[in-house]
Amino acid sequence: MASLGKNLIEVRDLRQSFSGQEILRGVNLNIPSGETTVLLGQSGGGKSVFLKHLIGLIHPLSGSIKIDGEEIAHLAERQLEPIRRKIGMLFQDGALFDSMTLFENVAFPLRERGERSEKVVREKVARSLELVSLEGQDQKMPSNLSGGMRKRAALARAIITEPACILYDEPTAGLDPIVSDTINKLIRRMQSQLKVTSIVVTHDMISTNYIADRVALLREGRIHFDGSLANLHSSTDPVITDFIEGRSHEID
Amino acid sequence: MKFSYSFPLTRAFSLYLGQIAFLVGETFTSIFLGRIRWRLVLNQIVEIGFGSQAVVIVTGIFTGAVFTAQIFFQFNALNMSTAVGPVVSIALCRELGPVLTGLMVAGRVGAAICAEIGTMKVTEQIDALRALAVHPVDYLVVPRTVAMMISMPLLVGECIFFALTASYYVATRILNVNSVFFMQHMWFYTHTKDMVMALTKGFVFALIVVFVGCQQGLTTSNGAVGVGRSTTEAVVISSLTILMINFFLTMGLNIIFPAGGKF
Repeated sequence: MASLGKNLIEVRDLRQSFSGQEILRGVNLNIPSGETTVLLGQSGGGKSVFLKHLIGLIHPLSGSIKIDGEEIAHLAERQLEPIRRKIGMLFQDGALFDSMTLFENVAFPLRERGERSEKVVREKVARSLELVSLEGQDQKMPSNLSGGMRKRAALARAIITEPACILYDEPTAGLDPIVSDTINKLIRRMQSQLKVTSIVVTHDMISTNYIADRVALLREGRIHFDGSLANLHSSTDPVITDFIEGRSHEID
Repeated sequence: MKFSYSFPLTRAFSLYLGQIAFLVGETFTSIFLGRIRWRLVLNQIVEIGFGSQAVVIVTGIFTGAVFTAQIFFQFNALNMSTAVGPVVSIALCRELGPVLTGLMVAGRVGAAICAEIGTMKVTEQIDALRALAVHPVDYLVVPRTVAMMISMPLLVGECIFFALTASYYVATRILNVNSVFFMQHMWFYTHTKDMVMALTKGFVFALIVVFVGCQQGLTTSNGAVGVGRSTTEAVVISSLTILMINFFLTMGLNIIFPAGGKF
């Protein structure tokens, strides 16, 4: 993995459209290694779509995506597998496998990567579940968990293989403030202790203020702002101030 | 050379065949390269094969029984009641056994495969698999394909066995056909090649059900409505394909295993 200070991910002129509607109109963004980058933007603005490009779940119409210097934009499914092993992803609704218990879900990435020792699997799963405060719930099925618990379980699954980079798709959406705070602290801890590069897609400003090293704002398919958290708050750009203060221009 | 599609249906059909072809190619490449998760294959054999037995047995018993009765009513008028055995047996081996098993399995297993994979698709579980560097074909399609290839010929055999048992009881106990003549004629006119034909057809129908089900599941979109639509389509497409392919299989296999005579 790239050393600190370098860019882990470089995206150039990324374009995507679905059924004739342009979602991304030339996104340019660098994600520095070892930092937490928050990608802000309105709902339906293409943030999740952008995130899925970074792990090759969606192929771009045009443009370049380099991960650790390697171009992935046009790699075939099997060629993407080594890249995906370095990256963890937390999906918006968790995307837990509903045919498996919570334990099996969290253990899944370990077993798929050839971990045969049941003792090691148990220890790692227990530690992962403890990190997201889900100890003792490991025999429950995903359908018996609340939305917040599912999301935390999915986070436990994403971090269990200790990836160098984690993509978070709306990690705190729909969670109560206390659980949100737990998730925020966890993201912060991953960054400070393990030097994990994180990309967090959100529109939660409390979360952004707590976790972000850098902030990018996606607007109308392009990066409207890209800078530090301090720069974001000192900006006088009305688009940014409206977003931070949650102001729409609808008339009452 | 430039292709142009005069009708949208032609285009959709070509696209569909293309998707199925890629899925088949990807699946068999994985099977030949040994990317088989045997634990999942065993689970699927239980789900698909073991779980389908009741449906297949009931289908076999009542088809055998009713077919025997009808043949008897016609043949008895011509004083040929002992020919019921071979007629029923050959019809079951060469056509009814594999086709009816195929249709029942398409309804039960094809629908289940499509609904499960389709739900995984719309809830991002397929994306989660891919993000965890697990190929969905290796994890979902290969185990189901291997399980179907093993289970389906066995289910066809089971269907035929129970159908013939029912036929024997109906003919000899209810319709008073002489049991010795019934068995004697059945054994004499039914050959190994008829059974080989049944199992070959079962194997082909297994592939139709599993690939149509998986393909429909993997291309599901539009939430719960989409899952419902894909599942219906999976059952309809695989059932119709079984009926159509069956005709061509019969014609083709009859060249290799001609009807009548000794094997």
